[in-house]
Amino acid sequence: MPHLLLRHREIPGIDRLEVYREHGGFEAFEKALTTMKPGEVTEIVKNSGLRGRGGAGFPTGMKWSFIDQKIWPHYVVANADESEPGTFKDREIMEGNPFQFLEGVALAAYAVGAEAAYIYLRGEFWSIASSLDQRIAEMRQAGYLGSDLLGTPYGLHVYTHLGAGAYICGEETAMLESIEGKRGQPRIRPPFPAVHGLYGKPTVVNNVETLTNVPLIVANGADWYKTLGTPDSAGVKVFSLSGRVRKPGNYELPFGSTFRELIYEHGGGVQDSRRVRAIMPAGASSSMILADDKVLDTPMDYASVRTLGADLGSASLIIIDDTVSLDWVIQKTIHFFTHESCGKCTPCREGTYWMKHLIDRIRATGAQNEDVELLLNVAKQMQNKCLCPLGEFSTMAVVTGIERFPQDFKRVAGAAA
Amino acid sequence: MTLAQKYPAEVKQILAKYPPEHRRSAVMPLLYLAQRNQGFITKEAMQDIAQLLDMSLTDIGSLVGFYTLFHDKQEGKYRMQVCTDLPCALRGADQFMEELCTNLGIKVGETTADGLITLEAVTCLAACDKAPMFQLQSPDSIEYHEDMTVDRTLELIQILKRAGREVA
Repeated sequence: MPHLLLRHREIPGIDRLEVYREHGGFEAFEKALTTMKPGEVTEIVKNSGLRGRGGAGFPTGMKWSFIDQKIWPHYVVANADESEPGTFKDREIMEGNPFQFLEGVALAAYAVGAEAAYIYLRGEFWSIASSLDQRIAEMRQAGYLGSDLLGTPYGLHVYTHLGAGAYICGEETAMLESIEGKRGQPRIRPPFPAVHGLYGKPTVVNNVETLTNVPLIVANGADWYKTLGTPDSAGVKVFSLSGRVRKPGNYELPFGSTFRELIYEHGGGVQDSRRVRAIMPAGASSSMILADDKVLDTPMDYASVRTLGADLGSASLIIIDDTVSLDWVIQKTIHFFTHESCGKCTPCREGTYWMKHLIDRIRATGAQNEDVELLLNVAKQMQNKCLCPLGEFSTMAVVTGIERFPQDFKRVAGAAA
Repeated sequence: MTLAQKYPAEVKQILAKYPPEHRRSAVMPLLYLAQRNQGFITKEAMQDIAQLLDMSLTDIGSLVGFYTLFHDKQEGKYRMQVCTDLPCALRGADQFMEELCTNLGIKVGETTADGLITLEAVTCLAACDKAPMFQLQSPDSIEYHEDMTVDRTLELIQILKRAGREVA
């Protein structure tokens, strides 16, 4: 099947406006503006079963329908902060197929009645931001952005906004704070952005990949979209595959493809023909899945992955083989989260700090078995107490790593004692 | 000369992106502009931006401290920021970094004697399938270098060194 999101892999030059239009580009936007009411666009996205691709998997159309119709203006924010270790799909979409993403932004804005949309890119993507700026200017010239679009009273302006190196800004309320010119620290929810978002106004925040699906759904209909994927997880997903595989990269597959298909058919199998020992399906925020034949044959959709005691999240699979010890893996993830904790809430700020000291001591000589128990204890005490998902995520690999791979921790503590 | 005097068109363009009653939103783009201007963000530039946006100097300082791509002091001309996070480390990023340190004769966080390169370990840069990799941050750009070897990195450093001499 040809790619639906990574279309640049079959269509060279689709990053140019005229080529994108030759391949049906902006037909969905024209159809929506001239023949559909905003609510109908939301309805079709709701019926398609599209769920947020940033990690949470929340139904997109439902998110749009929550937007408060009594408070104006409304805003759309595209989350292009892609910073989860193991995730590199939005970057490829924005570089390769940028107009489909931008058309998705425009459709989302029309659906929720927003006349301004911001694309928040991580600061490292500054060259992508400048090429998006150029493309936004081309869209304005072509009459897809600006005032009174396509002979309707609707108008839209799209702007890019660069972050400056902070993983936490991928959390939607931290992102809004950052656009407002503040430190990227999450807000207490509720109120949710659909009621109190950017500048205190109703705001929809969607991931790049989510938005890139929208033009296809509006053009081809909800029923067509539902024929792809599984009943619980409609459509296709870009899986970012990394770690110890022969061919790491992005693979666009229907939801419900198995781990085995991704790792062996597409990823070329494990380096040096080793065995898959652990899979982290949602980047550094994942629980550790102990890989066996049953796991490898499990379909990758939201519900099935949950039966394995993990979440599919952003579908950023980090593959760990049998040469790697899990204590080293969680040292890496703990260091990451300690560095990225924003410092606002105490359980996360202090918890990640102490987890870091403990794992460093466990990995150093002279470790005691009690240190592993203490680390597990600290991680479990953090759970359900943090202000935002970052603190919760920081404990996932720690708890599941120690509980599902105890031998990797006993050996270290024992050997060093 | 203030930022607004030196770059009137850029400052105007930045402010136009945000609703006039939310000028503060312009603070991050203005900090990038200041960094491009002098290589790092000086206290004068912070004062300048504070005045322009009606913010306190402390507010501005807290942003420069919070976001890792903003720098308030001069270090190497280029910051070589190697990703050593889990996915990159599974593909040899730690060994790459170690060999780079040996070859450059510096530790992570240090700057080469000629002031050209500051070597830093950073968190995920969304290039996990192309490790070892680093980004090269200079005042006016960020460039990705992917699927790197130590030899090719040392060659790149030689090119940067020669380019610097030609400019001087």
